[in-house]
Amino acid sequence: MKERNSFGKIILIAAVILVLLFLYFPVVIVALYSFNKDSINSFPMGGFTFHWYAVMVHNQPLTTSLVNSVEVAFIGTCIAILIGVPGALGMHKYNFPGKKALEKVVILPMMLPGIITGIAILTFLEMAGIMQGRLAVILGHSTFLIGTVLPQVYTRLRQLDRNIEEASQDLGASGFQTFFYVILPNIKTAVFGAALLSFSLSLDEIPVTYFLNGVFTTLPIRILAMTRNGFTPEINAICTLILLLSVFAVIFSNSISKKDEVYAKNTH
Amino acid sequence: MRLHGSKDFMKYGILAPVVIWLMLFLIIPYFNLLMYSFWKNGAFAVEHVFTLGNYTKFFSVKRGSSAPVWVLIDTFRIALTVTVCAVVISYPLAYFINFGIKNAKFKKMFYMLAIIPLWISYVMKAYSWTIILGTHGLLNSFLMWAGITDKPVGMFLYNDFSVVTAMVNIYVPFVLMPMYTSLEQIPKNLIDASEDLGCNSVRTFFKVVFPLSLPGVITGATYAFTLSMGDFLAPQLLGGATSSTKIANIVQLQFGTSNNWPYGAAIGVVILMLILILLALTGKVEKHFSKLDIEGEKA
Repeated sequence: MKERNSFGKIILIAAVILVLLFLYFPVVIVALYSFNKDSINSFPMGGFTFHWYAVMVHNQPLTTSLVNSVEVAFIGTCIAILIGVPGALGMHKYNFPGKKALEKVVILPMMLPGIITGIAILTFLEMAGIMQGRLAVILGHSTFLIGTVLPQVYTRLRQLDRNIEEASQDLGASGFQTFFYVILPNIKTAVFGAALLSFSLSLDEIPVTYFLNGVFTTLPIRILAMTRNGFTPEINAICTLILLLSVFAVIFSNSISKKDEVYAKNTH
Repeated sequence: MRLHGSKDFMKYGILAPVVIWLMLFLIIPYFNLLMYSFWKNGAFAVEHVFTLGNYTKFFSVKRGSSAPVWVLIDTFRIALTVTVCAVVISYPLAYFINFGIKNAKFKKMFYMLAIIPLWISYVMKAYSWTIILGTHGLLNSFLMWAGITDKPVGMFLYNDFSVVTAMVNIYVPFVLMPMYTSLEQIPKNLIDASEDLGCNSVRTFFKVVFPLSLPGVITGATYAFTLSMGDFLAPQLLGGATSSTKIANIVQLQFGTSNNWPYGAAIGVVILMLILILLALTGKVEKHFSKLDIEGEKA
């Protein structure tokens, strides 16, 4: 019996290694070839160079699109936090007709393929007289970012002990005081994590942006256009940089959420 | 209690922005899309005249394979393939992190390895497969370097194979996460109990672990299926000229060069309806299994 167990375990480990290879091999290849001396991605690699990073920095449309993307991600995340966090609080605190429906509607843009949300917002904005461009992209992004912020903060609020809120109010704190001194400190890591996720989702978004951008290009839209206009090796370089940033973001957000769990355990 | 007015003010004050925003930029747009799908595409502009023409155009089955409804069926087939592959690939990893590692440090490391791909850029993942599978790409140049072939093999890229491979790679993380969560919630003593009662690990897996992980599997599979149903980028980057055009590409075309928004809206509505039906169904199935879960715990 023991032997069969270890045999099963070997198969499982082999499968896990294959799965991880499948997940990571393509992106590792891109990172590796961003330092390739040759301008084609073939085997074996030509030699080591930082040349494509220099080319990338001097690619004006690419840097412009990066600035655009950061702008959209920043404004979109701010709107999502300013609307989503109070919304989550309201849903946590009050009962009202349509609450269940609201819970479902808010996550629709995350559940449905981006193309559906993209064309829906496009047809609406066209009727409303808002042209494709910066504003349209910001409105579209904010909408699906609310769908990531609100559920995350709402979940965190529901894990909170309701007693601390009551205690605060029994001790004479006003609603605002309770929010700023009692609730906010307890949900701040969830809010921060949601903001970080929103920012990175917005930076990477294509399907909604694709229908709303017009001539306003964001970074992934620009990269997409570059891949279609024949091969340019600086794509490897820009992708590698984004990869590094996302890996840092995920490690960072995971470490703060771990801290949060410890905190929650201590308070209970 | 004493400040009834201010309490109401607070309630509406914090709920109104989200309700108004979602109304304006989500609910009304979805209904607007529905309305658009019943309008006529005139020679110069969209005519606000009711017609069913967009739907009959979509569903009219002509001889030959170019009828859009066939593309829908083909996309369905591709999405199903992607879903099955993604579930099969995700399960061992999700299982291994939960039950295969005892060391907490390793567990954390593998967990990170599993969630990082969720944060990696879509366009990077899709693009990486074009440089691996392309005619002058890595795989071909490797095969030629190794002397296995002397001419580049064209069959790797620009077909359904490359589209499915890339989509599986892209959507595995979406399946992995809910799967991991539902495996994590299985009480470890349930497994001990099963083994104490004489079940071997294979039996324990099929009788205890797998049934309890089903809600997560279903959630993940639903994600993979809906996302690949609506994906127009992977087919565009990795698919062939016509053979691997998917339903979302036809929608994309109507809002682009074909400039027939009402028709595009109609196809969008068809996709939307299919997905909403699917979500309702999987929601029911999931609830059923979660109920089993709770009853099992009580018993």
